[in-house]
Amino acid sequence: MSLVACRDVVKRFGTNTVLDGVSLEVAAGEIVAIIGRSGSGKSTLLRCVNGLEAIQDGSIRVGDTTINAPGADLRAVRQRVGIVFQSYNLFPHLTVEKNITLAPRVVKKISDRDARQIASDVLAKVGLSEKVNAYPDSLSGGQQQRVAIARSLAMNPDLMLFDEITSALDPELVGEVLKVLEALASQGMTMMLVTHEMGFARRCADRVVFMHQGKIWEQGSAATFFDNPKTPELTSFLSAVLH
Amino acid sequence: MIRDFGLIDVGYLMLAARWTLLLAAIAFVGGSIAGLLLTLLRVQPFAPLRWVASAWILIVQGTPLLAWLFVFYFGLALIGFPISTWLAVIAAYSLYASAYLAEIWRGALQSIPRQQWEAGSALALGFLEQLQHVIIPQAIRIAIPPTVGFLVQLIKNTSLAAVIGFVELTREGQLTNASTFKPFTVFIVVAAIYFAICFPLTQLSRNLEGRLHVARRVS
Repeated sequence: MSLVACRDVVKRFGTNTVLDGVSLEVAAGEIVAIIGRSGSGKSTLLRCVNGLEAIQDGSIRVGDTTINAPGADLRAVRQRVGIVFQSYNLFPHLTVEKNITLAPRVVKKISDRDARQIASDVLAKVGLSEKVNAYPDSLSGGQQQRVAIARSLAMNPDLMLFDEITSALDPELVGEVLKVLEALASQGMTMMLVTHEMGFARRCADRVVFMHQGKIWEQGSAATFFDNPKTPELTSFLSAVLH
Repeated sequence: MIRDFGLIDVGYLMLAARWTLLLAAIAFVGGSIAGLLLTLLRVQPFAPLRWVASAWILIVQGTPLLAWLFVFYFGLALIGFPISTWLAVIAAYSLYASAYLAEIWRGALQSIPRQQWEAGSALALGFLEQLQHVIIPQAIRIAIPPTVGFLVQLIKNTSLAAVIGFVELTREGQLTNASTFKPFTVFIVVAAIYFAICFPLTQLSRNLEGRLHVARRVS
């Protein structure tokens, strides 16, 4: 059974249909890159998968929970699905360590000592062990984004969602964040990532999905996808982003 | 009989100022409790409760405090529920403070970017947990200066309670003036006492603002 199954998902903001019948399955351990022009619905799809946005039609299942069912336990789902945002969204009043330990302590009721151990483990994973007592505003964008990844990892999720996490970064900081993603990928983490880093998608993704006008327009394995686009829309998108 | 205004009168005025302070303190505590409830009602997701809180705030902010003093003191007595001066002023001032504090605090809460709530819910924190751990700690720093500013207003506005015969600093000033007929001196002293109470508060608010360690917000 796949870990994530979206079936005919429809999402509207008012009269604007952002997702227009999206069906997508993601297997455990799979890495799916989602690409497309801005406004194609790719970020919205990610936000629907952990219930940050409600959907109007279709269904989304994560593990054995149908998250759009009435009374679905979104809190339980979100403990298993981490999301990292473009704008980091660290808590500016808390140190790096407190940012990371907050949810394990409050949601999972993990003891302070164990939570600090978790923080030190996930910080080591993103290569920021020495920043444990720093405040977010003293870190570079790339470091903040790595802390945001660590904060999500601290909940020990089965699935990670990455929403254009390198788009707000200066070019020289993108690499350090992608390296963290690659390490996660090699450890078998299931990932859905919306990205503009085509090189990264080609290198690390098992599957690439091209979204256009709220639909999945084309998808394929990373190897064939970029070299043999089938639709004119993907051809023109690729030629625009790859120059 | 007209007598002279002496040091003893300054002493009496300062003694009367404790009722000003006590009334302001009780009204601030009462107003804070009700105001906190109103604030939470205004940011929680269930719409009808938000409307109730908004209506409360609109009505109180759109009516004079003096009118509420009259309602609680004379109005309740007329319909068969006479209450003491103390109870009337506490009720009126708490009501008044609740509406203004609720507005100040709602503004502070809503000045925290939506993404902070989102980051909290993405980490599986519930609504109250997001408020407690993420939103309120950041909002407090923003809320402190206007809250203390309002407290200063509240202290000065306790002078209105003199109208229904509540003896505080201003009423004591009126009584002193009636027996000494030195309005200029008397009310300068009254004003100086108000200033002596309010000025340190303003300074305190500035201090707190700097000392509460809340890092500057990114993005």
